[in-house]
Amino acid sequence: MMKRKIGIYIVMLVVSSLAVTYGQGAKSLKINEVLVTNETNYLDDYGVHSSWIEIFNPTFGSVNLRSCYLTTDPNNPTMYPIPKSDVLTLIKPRQHALFWADGNPNRGTFHVNFTLDPNKPNWIGLYDANGRTLIDSVTVPAGIPADHSYARVDDGAGEWVIKGGGDPSNYVTPSTNNRTVDKNTKIEGFKKYDAFGIGMAIIAMGVVFSALLLLFIAFKLVGSIAVHLNKRNAMKAHGITDKQEAKAKSIGHEEGEVFAAIAMAMHEYQQDVHDVEATILTINKVKRNYSPWSSKIYTLRDTPNRR
Amino acid sequence: MGEFTSFLYDNLIEFLKYTSFANATPGHFIMILVGLFFIYLAIKKNFEPMLLVPIGFGMLIGNIPFKVDAGLEVGIYEEGSVLNILYQGVATGWYPPLVFLGIGAMTDFSALISNPKLMLVGAAAQFGIFGAYMVALALGFEPNQAGAIGIIGGADGPTAIFLSSKLAPNLMGAIAVSAYSYMALVPVIQPPIMRLLTTKKERLIRMKPARAVSHTEKIMFPIIGLLLTCFLVPSGLPLLGMLFFGNLLKESGVTPRLAKTASGPLIDSITILLGVTVGASTQASEFLTLNSVFIFALGFMAFIIATASGVLFVKIFNLVLSKSNKINPLIGNAGVSAVPMSARISQNVGLEYDSTNYLLMHAMGPNVAGVIGSAVAAGVLLGFLM
Repeated sequence: MMKRKIGIYIVMLVVSSLAVTYGQGAKSLKINEVLVTNETNYLDDYGVHSSWIEIFNPTFGSVNLRSCYLTTDPNNPTMYPIPKSDVLTLIKPRQHALFWADGNPNRGTFHVNFTLDPNKPNWIGLYDANGRTLIDSVTVPAGIPADHSYARVDDGAGEWVIKGGGDPSNYVTPSTNNRTVDKNTKIEGFKKYDAFGIGMAIIAMGVVFSALLLLFIAFKLVGSIAVHLNKRNAMKAHGITDKQEAKAKSIGHEEGEVFAAIAMAMHEYQQDVHDVEATILTINKVKRNYSPWSSKIYTLRDTPNRR
Repeated sequence: MGEFTSFLYDNLIEFLKYTSFANATPGHFIMILVGLFFIYLAIKKNFEPMLLVPIGFGMLIGNIPFKVDAGLEVGIYEEGSVLNILYQGVATGWYPPLVFLGIGAMTDFSALISNPKLMLVGAAAQFGIFGAYMVALALGFEPNQAGAIGIIGGADGPTAIFLSSKLAPNLMGAIAVSAYSYMALVPVIQPPIMRLLTTKKERLIRMKPARAVSHTEKIMFPIIGLLLTCFLVPSGLPLLGMLFFGNLLKESGVTPRLAKTASGPLIDSITILLGVTVGASTQASEFLTLNSVFIFALGFMAFIIATASGVLFVKIFNLVLSKSNKINPLIGNAGVSAVPMSARISQNVGLEYDSTNYLLMHAMGPNVAGVIGSAVAAGVLLGFLM
């Protein structure tokens, strides 16, 4: 009993620690866009143009940045510890957080204690709360023009490009999606290529059939094994080794009624269902000529009296 | 005294403006009549009373007129109202998986395990979903709306609510009411189609009795079922995961209390909340639209296609089956899920032609396969259109 309890506690501990480790999900965060030289771009909350670093949460759950570290030096991973007590460090699903690289951490949680140098490549790293695990990093090339950002093509994508310069399809996007999502491409695709829904019907029915076909095959197999084992056990119980003899005697082919009768008898025995009864249960026909339950006399109504 | 009277009079007039009499529209009365009709069907005709009583009464609740701009926080669409809080289970789609948990805990998959080829009948009946999808597209609905409407053909209320809450939340009320209405009308819709598509000889087919299924097989079913179906369609996880989990609670034999709770108090509580809030979501202003008329027509058509495709699939399937393994096409209708009503229809229609041919247990195979099939279909639609 004690061992069992200890086992349950250990399992609960492992599960809860796993939940804590993976639940926060900070490991999935991405550095998404960086702007080094800010002349006329986004203003911070003090009305100042500063360099900025955008972090993206690519998951569909909220992720908290608190206690993580931002740095520009791989040898000093804990350069800027993101404060613990600010509720704004919680990034909602598929949303962004913007940090100002102005070297003024006293201005708030989102103002880091380092700056970015436009004249040389800037390595930027985001470290986990342990200060050792690198979550994401990027090296921003030197010489990017003013008000141009170095950004992933799409939020969280692997490819980086330089954005800005008045190109309407390649604009700088602080604190928002790197590519504006203004329509559901899947639905647009279906409207364009499968206007009658025939493709969808064929593919979807194919998937439904495949799923149930897989189940069919699996349970055909499981059923065959079960029947085989059932026969083998029945032969063992009857002390028969010859398969032909077993087949002739229909060993392992008992009717469902037999199992039902056995199950009922066991249930009655185990649950002590039956009282000791005076009557006898029999399958023979028993004729009873009279019973007060079927007597008509008890069901007749009195003749109304005329007064 | 005059000022006091005038004050009281003004307040009385103001109060009267808040009453339902002052705010009623013809739409409210139409929806109240529909609600009363549902309650009548449930109580007098015994059509799915467990669903139609809560939905019908919910319609009455949802269509009591009130002053919308008064900020009374009583309407189901008013943030913070009690009804709105209860409605979140529908709107965010967490009631349906809990219903599936209960369904799993009360379903015996033995018929399906003993005769696994019946799973394919459950798959064939899902064609109703995609038939309705195609017609909905032709009527001008967007693909996501068409998918949500098509799922009515799965004859599975929780699945319909789950999918429509994700794909087309604005149509959810009409879709849910349509799905539940047609589920209640299964005894009226299905038998004529079954008779039309089968010959007398086919209706008399006697199927081989199902073999006894071992306890191990019953335990393996939810585990293998979950892994196979969800690896293929992960988007069906909320429904399929809960369905198979509920079934494992039942079949494991070691969690009787959990199985009892899932299949009893839990599913009953959720059914009450689901029914009332779905009914209440049919506020006249949101519900009485041309789209709702289309949705009801498409839902009806989806049921017919689903029933017909199930029956026809069995007839075609019989062509490749040996004489001793033939399937009675009267169980094809049960592939539309609607558990256990459509299986009962197979039994009743079968008994009309042979009073000793009991099809109920055979029909339960495609019936529960239909539940799995419609959840998979919902997962596919969600994966494609979300």
